[in-house]
Amino acid sequence: MGDGAGPRSDGKSKSFFAQNPSALIFIAFLAAFTLIVTLLSEAYGVGFLSTSFVKTLGKTLCLCLVALAMDLIWGYAGILSLGHMAFFALGGYMIGMWLMYARTEEIVVQALAQGGLPATPEEVSQGIATQIFGVVGSSDLPAIWAFAHSLPLQLLLALAVPGVLALVFGWLAFRSRVTGVYLSILTQAMTLALALYLFQNDSGLRGNNGLSGLQNLPGLGDASQDLVSVWFLWASALALGLGYLALAWVVSGKFGSVIRAIRDDEARVRFLGYAVETYKLFVFTLTAVIAALAGVLYYPQAGIINPAELAPIASIYLAVWVAIGGRGRLYGAVIGAAFVSLLSSLFTSGRLPDIPLGPVALNWVDWWLVILGLAFVAVTLLAPKGIGGLFDRFQHIRPPDRKGAALGPNDGALQEQEARE
Amino acid sequence: MKLSRRTLLSSAAAAAAMTMPRFAFAQAETIKVGVLHSLSGTMAISETTLKDTMLMLIEQQNAKGGLLGKQLEAVVVDPASDWPLFAEKARELLTVSNVDVMFGCWTSVSRKSVLPVIEELNGLLFYPVQYEGEESSKNVFYTGAAPNQQAIPAVDYYLEELGVQKFALLGTDYVYPRTTNNILEAYLISKGIPKEDIFVNYTPFGHSDWSKIVGDVVALGADGKKVGVISTINGDANIGFYKELAAAGVTADTLPVVAFSVGEEELSGLDTTNLAGHLAAWNYFMSADTPENAAFIAAWKAFIKDDKRVTNDPMEAHYIGFNMWVNAVTEAGTTEVDMVREKMWGQKFPNLTGGMAEMLPNHHLTKPVLIGEIRADGQFDIISQTEPVAGDAWTDFLPESAVLDANWKDLQCGMYNTETKTCVQLTSNY
Amino acid sequence: MRLTALILTALCWLVPLPALAQEAARIVDENRAMIEKPSRQTIGPVIAALAGSGDPMADDILTAWADKRLVVRKADGAMFLAVAEGEGFALTALDGTPGGTAAKADVTELKPNAGVRGLIETALVQFTLSDPDPARRAEALTSIARDPTAEALAPLRASMQAEADPALKAQKERLERFLTLRFDPDPAARVAAIESLGADTALDVRGALNPLLATRRVAVSGTPDGNVARELIPGRDLTEVEAYELLVAGGLAPARLTLEEQRAALVANIDAGSVGGVPVAALDRQAARDRAYTALEASGAVPVAATDDEAAAALAAHRFYEVYAEAEPAVTEAAAAALARIDRKVGLMQAADLGLDALSLAAIYFLAAIGLAITFGVMGVINMAHGEFITIGAYTGFVVQLFVPDYTLSILIALPLAFAVTFGAGVAMERLVIRHLYKRPLETLLATFGISIALQQILKNVFGTQARPLTAPGWLDGALVFNDVVSISYIRIAIFVLALIFLGFFLWLMKRTRLGLEVRAVTQNPAMAASMGINPDRINMLTFGLGSGIAGIAGVAIGLYAKVTSEMGADYIVQSFMTVVVGGVGNVWGTLAGATMIGSLQKVIEFLNPANTLAAQTYMILFIILFIQFRPRGIIALRGRAAGD
Repeated sequence: MGDGAGPRSDGKSKSFFAQNPSALIFIAFLAAFTLIVTLLSEAYGVGFLSTSFVKTLGKTLCLCLVALAMDLIWGYAGILSLGHMAFFALGGYMIGMWLMYARTEEIVVQALAQGGLPATPEEVSQGIATQIFGVVGSSDLPAIWAFAHSLPLQLLLALAVPGVLALVFGWLAFRSRVTGVYLSILTQAMTLALALYLFQNDSGLRGNNGLSGLQNLPGLGDASQDLVSVWFLWASALALGLGYLALAWVVSGKFGSVIRAIRDDEARVRFLGYAVETYKLFVFTLTAVIAALAGVLYYPQAGIINPAELAPIASIYLAVWVAIGGRGRLYGAVIGAAFVSLLSSLFTSGRLPDIPLGPVALNWVDWWLVILGLAFVAVTLLAPKGIGGLFDRFQHIRPPDRKGAALGPNDGALQEQEARE
Repeated sequence: MKLSRRTLLSSAAAAAAMTMPRFAFAQAETIKVGVLHSLSGTMAISETTLKDTMLMLIEQQNAKGGLLGKQLEAVVVDPASDWPLFAEKARELLTVSNVDVMFGCWTSVSRKSVLPVIEELNGLLFYPVQYEGEESSKNVFYTGAAPNQQAIPAVDYYLEELGVQKFALLGTDYVYPRTTNNILEAYLISKGIPKEDIFVNYTPFGHSDWSKIVGDVVALGADGKKVGVISTINGDANIGFYKELAAAGVTADTLPVVAFSVGEEELSGLDTTNLAGHLAAWNYFMSADTPENAAFIAAWKAFIKDDKRVTNDPMEAHYIGFNMWVNAVTEAGTTEVDMVREKMWGQKFPNLTGGMAEMLPNHHLTKPVLIGEIRADGQFDIISQTEPVAGDAWTDFLPESAVLDANWKDLQCGMYNTETKTCVQLTSNY
Repeated sequence: MRLTALILTALCWLVPLPALAQEAARIVDENRAMIEKPSRQTIGPVIAALAGSGDPMADDILTAWADKRLVVRKADGAMFLAVAEGEGFALTALDGTPGGTAAKADVTELKPNAGVRGLIETALVQFTLSDPDPARRAEALTSIARDPTAEALAPLRASMQAEADPALKAQKERLERFLTLRFDPDPAARVAAIESLGADTALDVRGALNPLLATRRVAVSGTPDGNVARELIPGRDLTEVEAYELLVAGGLAPARLTLEEQRAALVANIDAGSVGGVPVAALDRQAARDRAYTALEASGAVPVAATDDEAAAALAAHRFYEVYAEAEPAVTEAAAAALARIDRKVGLMQAADLGLDALSLAAIYFLAAIGLAITFGVMGVINMAHGEFITIGAYTGFVVQLFVPDYTLSILIALPLAFAVTFGAGVAMERLVIRHLYKRPLETLLATFGISIALQQILKNVFGTQARPLTAPGWLDGALVFNDVVSISYIRIAIFVLALIFLGFFLWLMKRTRLGLEVRAVTQNPAMAASMGINPDRINMLTFGLGSGIAGIAGVAIGLYAKVTSEMGADYIVQSFMTVVVGGVGNVWGTLAGATMIGSLQKVIEFLNPANTLAAQTYMILFIILFIQFRPRGIIALRGRAAGD
C-alpha cells in the first residue's frame, strides 16, 4: 500500500504479490524470524533463547494478528472498536474450556480407576465438575460446558461465539447509525458488560478465577513446555502469515476501496448506492473472528484466562498499538503490537538497572507506564503515521501538498494519505 | 520520528537484554530470591508493602553474613496485577534469572496462575496471604492462614462469645470469599444455624456504593435475632463500606463486623473513631506485645524511613516464611529445592505474637488465631488469642474436601483421598 | 440469654448478703485466671458473685473491667483499676486504696471481649435502672433491649413509677411492652401489649414480634400437637427431598442410600471379581450397580435402603406441618396480624429508601459526569484522563488535610483548591495536547488515554499505592434517619446538594453569562464566532479548564464518601461516558436524566437480586447498550442546528 502502486485500473494485470510487495517481504521476514527463533530455542536449537522468551514471542505473534484485525476495522474502515480484545478473550475462553475439561478428564479417570470399581459416566462427569468448579465452591457442570468434551466442537464455538456476538452487536449498532465516538463508547460498554458478566461466579466460567493451567495440553503426556512453546510459535506464525495474506487480499480489491471510502465519507458512499451497513457489518464480524482465532492461539501460551483480560483498557491498548505502528498499513499494526508489547515485557522484567538522576534513582518498574503514556501522546501529536511512517521516509514518499484542498468534508479523515495511493 | 528511531534501537537492545542474563549472571556468586509481587495495577496497594518487606528481610540477612557464605540477591519483577503475567514472570524468574526461591502472590488467581509453572519447573514459592485452602502443592509453602486458622475461629467467637444468631456474609466476588463463605455456610449449618438466617452478598472489586447493602444488613435484625457480619470484602472497597457503616450508626454492640481482609494497612486509609469495637481476625496484629514484634516494627520503620507505616499479617507471614527458608537452606547446606523442601517440614520459628510456628508436612503453618477490636487510632486491641492451630489444607466442612488429606512427608501427596486410600493427583487443581 | 438468667437468679440470692469490705478483691483474686482470659460461656458466675458481693468497690471494678481499665502489674502480678494519666496510668488497688502510677509498658491491660462486656453491663443493670445519673439509666435500658430476659421485667416495672425523665420513662414503657408481650404469664396481657404497638415499623418492634412467630417443621402420621401454623404439602411448600429428610430426622423412615455409600458397599463386597453376581467390569453403569446392590440386599450383606417407591409411600403416609414454638394461639394470631400490618408499611418504606439510595447514586454519577458533559458533551473532546482529574481533586483534599487539621476548614479550602489545581491541569492539557487534535477526535481518545495512564502512575509514585484518608467534617457524620427503614447519610445528602449546585451553576454559566454565550457560539460554529470577535482558542481553553475543574471538585466529594486511591477515577470513567451518552450529548439536562436513569436502574436491579451487586452492574450496562440502539442520541436529543449535523 505505502509503496505507491499504480492506479487501481491496471491492478488486475499484476499478480497479487506484485501489487502487494509488502506482503511478500512480510512473509519472508516472518518465516526467517520463525526459523531463527526455532534454531535458537531450547527445544530444537542451541538454547540461546529461554522457553519463557519463546512463549513471549509466540504470544506477541498472536497480538500482532489481533492488531491486524484492529487495523482493518479502524485503519481501513474507520470504526474505532474498543471491543476487539473481548472477542480475542472469548476465543481464549472457548478453547480454554476444552483444555481444562480434557486435562481434568484425564486426571479424574485415572483417579477413579484406582477406586476398585470401573467408573460410571455420571461419576466421571461429577468428578470433572468437582475438580473444575470446586475452586469456586460449586460442583455442577454448567450447561455452557456441554460441548467442552470435544475439541472440534469447541474450536468451532471459539470462532462462532465471538462471530455471532459481533454480528448481532454490529447489526444493532450499525442499523441505528451509531458512528464515530459513540460507537467506540458503545463497544467499550459491551466489553465492560461482558467482563462484569464473566466476573460473576454464576457465569459458569469460574468467575474471577478464570480458566487456568491451559499450557498443559491434554493427550500429549509429558511433552515439555520447551517443545510446546515452539509448536505454538509455529502455529502463531502460520496464523499471522495467513491472516496477513488474507487481509492484504481483502484490502487490495474493490472491497478495500469501498471500506476506505466509507471511512472517508460514509454518506457519499451510501448515496452512491453501496449498502454501507452490510460492508461495515462484514468487516466487524470478520475482524472479530480473526481476533478470536488469535485468542485461541494466545491463551494456551499464556496459561490462564480470566475476566480481567476483557477489561476495556485492554482494547484501548490494542488501538494504541495500531496507532503507534501506523494505521492504514497492515505491517504498521504488526510493528506496533510487537514493539509495545515486547517493550512492556522488558520494562516489567525488573532486570533493567535503575537510572540515577541526582538524588533519586529512576526506577523502570515505577516509571515505565509514565514513559509509555507520554509516548502515546508524542506519537499522536508528532507522528500521526506511527512507526510505519518511517518506511515512507526511507522510500521518499511524501504526501501530496494539498493544503486547502480537502477531499471530503470530514477533516478527521485520512484523505491526504489516500490521495497518493 | 526521532523518537521512534531511538526507541526502535532500544527495542533491539531489549531483545538482547532479555536473553543476555543467562550468561551475564552465571558468574555471580549470589543466592537469588525472586520477589513476585505486583508493583502496579489494582493489587499494588497491598503487594508493594510485601515487596519492601522482602527487601528488608534480605538486607537483614545479608547484614548477618548472608546464607551459606554467599550474599542474597533480590530479583524483583512486576507482574502488574495481570494474572497471565504472573505465570510468565514466574517462568522468567525460574529459567532466566535462575532464582532459588520465590516469595510472592497475593490473590488466589495469581497463585493459581503460577502453580502450573512452578510445578513443571520444580520451583519453590512462599505464599504469605490468608486464603481459601483446598490446595496443597508440592512446590508451595503457605505461610498465610487456611480457613480453619482464621474464618472458623472467628465464627466460633461470634457464636460463643457474642451469641450471634444470624449471619451476613459479605464478600468481594472472587474465589477467596466465595470458597470461604461456602465453608462457613456449611459450618454454620452444622452448628444449627438455619440456611434462611445466612445472608450472602457479593460485590465487585473496588465497590463504593454501600448504602443499600448496609441497609439490607441492618434490616436483618427485624426478626429479633442478633446479627453479625462476616466480611471478606477485599482491599480498598472496605473504605467505602466502613464509612457507610459509621454513617448508618452501626455500632459494634448492635451489629458487629468481623473482617478477614482488613488489617492495619487498610485502616490507615480511613478515620476509625466511629468504627471502634468492630473486629478483625488475623494471625498477627501490630499491637502484639512481644519483644520480637517491637524489634520487627522498629526495623520496618527504619527500613521504609516512615514512622507512620504499619505492619500487618502477610508481612509476618513473609517474615516467618523467609526465616524458615533460611534455616532450612542452612540445614540442607544447599538451595536445591527438593532438599530444602524436606528440611522445611517440621521447621520451627518464633511468631511475632509469641509462641512457635511450625511448618507441617501439608505445607501449612501452625499459627495462633487472634481476634482484635478496632481502636480509634487504627490499631487493634487483641481480645482473644488461641493456642497455635494447625493449618488444614482441605476443609472438614465441605463433603468433597472432608475426605481429602495432604501430607508430603508420609503420603507424598497433596490431595489424598482417605476413603479410597488413593492419591487423587500429584499436581494441584488450578 | 440463659446465662443472663443465671446471673440474675444468682443476684437475687446474693443481694441480701451483708456488705463486706475486701469481698470483691477476694472474689477477683480467687478467679484470677478466668478474669484474665474470660469467656462469655463461663464467666457468668464470677460476674454474678462480684455484682452480688455487696462490696462498694464491686461496681467500680466491674465498670473498669468493662471499660478495659483493669490492669495487671507485670512486676508482681497485682491487679489495679487504672485511669490513663499522661503517658501512663494512675492506679487504684481493688480495695479502693491508691496504688501509685505505672508506665504503659509496666502493666498488661485486660481486654474482655464484647460478649463478656455485655454480660458485665447486664449485671450492672440491677443497680443502674434506678441510678441517679440518667445516662447510666439509659445505658441500663440499652442493655436490656439488647438482651431481653423474663427476669428483667419485674425490676423494670418497679423502676417505671419513680422515673422522672420523660424521655427515659417513655423508653421504659416501650421496653416494658416488649418484655410483656414475650414473657408475661397472662396471654391477655400479652395480646394487649401486641395490639398497643399498632403498625410501628421500628426495628425493635419487629424484633420483638418476630420471635413469637418462630416455627419448626414436623412430620407426623396423625394430627400434630401444639400451635399449628400451617400444613406443608410436599412438592408445593417444600421439596420431596426435604420432606423425606424430615421423615428420616423424625425416625419415621430409613435414610436414602447415597451414591458414595452404594459404591463403598459394593467395593466392600467384591467377591472373586464380581459383586452380587454382577462382574466388576460391568459396574460402569448405574443400573448395573443398582442391580448388584439389590442382590446384596437380598443376601443380607448390606442394610436395606429405601427404594424410590418406598420413599414415595412413606411421604404419602405422613403429613407435614409448621408448628409455632409459642404455645398460645391467641398470641400468635395477634402477632401475625400486627406483623402483617407492619409489613405493608415496611414495604412502602423500603420503596422510599430505595428511592433515596437511587437518588444518591444518581447524584454521584452526575457529579462524576458533569465535567465530562462540558468537555465531551459541549466541546466534543473525548477526555480519557477525566477520571484522573477526579483523582487529583481527591488527592488535593488529602494534601490539604495534612496541613489543615480542622476538617470543616480543610474541606472548605480543599473544594476551591481542587478546582484550581484541576483547572490548571486541564488548561495545560488543552494547550499542549488537545488543541492540536480538534480535527482528529478519535485520536484525542488515544492521546488522553496516554495522559491518563501516565498521570495515574505518577500519582501512584507520589502518593503511594495505599488508600489515603480523606475525612468528612464531624457535622457530616451520621445519617438523616426518618425511621428504622428509611435513612440516608448526611455525606450523601451533601453530595446531592453539591450536584444540585453544579446543575444550577452550569445552567447559569451557559445561559446567563458572556462566557456561556461565547462557548455556545464557538461550539456551534468556530469560524463564525471568530469573525464576531470571539477568540475560539481562549474559549476552548477556558471551557476545558472548567470541565476539568468541576471533575476536581467531584473528586473531593467522592473521596469523602469512598476511598482515595490512584485508581478511584478510573472506576468512574466508563460510567461517566455512558451517563453523558445515554442522557444526550450537549445538554446538561440530558446528563441529569442519564445519571438518574442509570442510578435508579442499578438500585432496582440490586433490589431484585440482593445477593449479587455485580449482576446489577452487568445488566445495567446491557440495558444501556440496548437503549442506545433505540435512542442513539440519548434521552434528550438536541434538534436542529444545535445538534451540529
